Amino acid sequence: MAKIYKTSCFLIVLLTLCIYGNAQQNQQCLKCHGQVFYQYDNEWTGKVDKRPMNPFYHIDSVKMHISVHKEFSCTDCHRPDYETFPHSGELRMEEKYACIDCHGGDDNFAKYNFEGIEQAFMESVHFKANDDKFNCWMCHDPHGYQLALRGQESIKDVVSLSNQMCLDCHTNKFKFGLISDEMPKDIAETHNWLPNQPNHFENVRCIDCHTQVQSDLLVSHKILPKEEALKNCVKCHSANSVLMESLYSHRVKESREESGFINAAILNEGYMIGANRNLALNYVSVILFGMLLIGLLIHFILRLTIKNKK
Amino acid sequence: MSEKLFLYPTWLRVWHALNAIFFLVLLITGISMQYSNPNWILVPFDLAVASHNVSGIIILISYLFYLFFFFTTSNRRHYNIVFKELGKRLAMQIRYYVFGVFKNEEAPYPTSWNMKFNPLQQITYVGVMFVLYPVLIITGIALLFPELIIDNFFGIGGTLLTALLHASTGFLVSMFLIIHLYFATMGATFFANFKSIITGYHEVH
Repeated sequence: MAKIYKTSCFLIVLLTLCIYGNAQQNQQCLKCHGQVFYQYDNEWTGKVDKRPMNPFYHIDSVKMHISVHKEFSCTDCHRPDYETFPHSGELRMEEKYACIDCHGGDDNFAKYNFEGIEQAFMESVHFKANDDKFNCWMCHDPHGYQLALRGQESIKDVVSLSNQMCLDCHTNKFKFGLISDEMPKDIAETHNWLPNQPNHFENVRCIDCHTQVQSDLLVSHKILPKEEALKNCVKCHSANSVLMESLYSHRVKESREESGFINAAILNEGYMIGANRNLALNYVSVILFGMLLIGLLIHFILRLTIKNKK
Repeated sequence: MSEKLFLYPTWLRVWHALNAIFFLVLLITGISMQYSNPNWILVPFDLAVASHNVSGIIILISYLFYLFFFFTTSNRRHYNIVFKELGKRLAMQIRYYVFGVFKNEEAPYPTSWNMKFNPLQQITYVGVMFVLYPVLIITGIALLFPELIIDNFFGIGGTLLTALLHASTGFLVSMFLIIHLYFATMGATFFANFKSIITGYHEVH
């Protein structure tokens, strides 16, 4: 027992030191990359130069410290040569890791099916149109990625975080320009057919209509061409709402269907015409309506028969 | 030749016609949306939403039109409920509908110039026009502008509660519509009351 206790203490101390060490090392990088402007001693002129940080290389240190990769050292993923400043020009040729390089083939992540995600990604319109130019990091910021769907966030926050990933490119001509010579289209205009557009944008993820639902993935990664996107209202607005297999799939287990509500997972945090039904009220309304019709029919028949006899 | 009373002035008949047409649209599109299903389409969803919204606004305007004439004409006399012995009068009317009508008994409260409604009708019409309709309209406006609705009401979504209230009230008014149509057949002849609401003249029997 004492041995287990000692080993546990040792591991905790080791982990703490490791995280502390990484934080110290990362601090060196964030001194410049965590700032909008960075400064350095110019050995040629003997002066201190102040330069704007390239927005593509800027890292939000607050987001980084709450992200899923917060315990990593920068050089776990980037070459140690980056510890030297000025960085060598050759380093820009560095090949970046993809998600699957760390998460693939690991039993700890098996339930998230990263292999399935990669397969779906390779069938997505993004990959098909751009091949290797389109990688995981185009959507998932490795320096600030947060888990939303599996966390305790409200559906609105999940939707906001998810949609921001799409909007980061589709409303930003600089990021969009990395893979396209065209300007990004106005999202509001391309979706002007959608009734109550702001409501839909706040409560439904882009991917809920723009991907094919995949039961073996928590979040489908097969982004469809725009022509194949879901445009049929009733696919969502019905008791068998497709959102129950996507946006709400992880909360369906908590459904209070037994207490009389269909799609309780949806109504816990919102309301969707056609998808939320109250079973008790449904039964009561059918019974009342049936009784009314039967009562009136009997009354009508009696009116005809008794009066005719007289 | 039976006696005829001019009980339904033009404004009332116009309101009634508008109300009837657009309430039917609301009823059909409302059922279609509430029970929407990819395999069973009563009205296409987008068309149902648009028609329901437009019809709801028309019903609201026509209701305001009705209220204007209600307060500015003598028609409101029909809605003055006398509470003295109301229970007894309601019981007499119910007894007539359940038994008396089959024995060709005289109606206990026949239609007259001063009172076109019997006590049961009066209570029902006041309930529909001044309780159920305002609830339907207010919840309908709230659902048209969901940003007006509070997000959470004692742990339950505000929009869900509003929608439940709207659908339940709509159901009650639909029940009223069926009863209203059936009782309209109990005039001097089967179609006499239907003619009355077109011509304005009620045929006394």
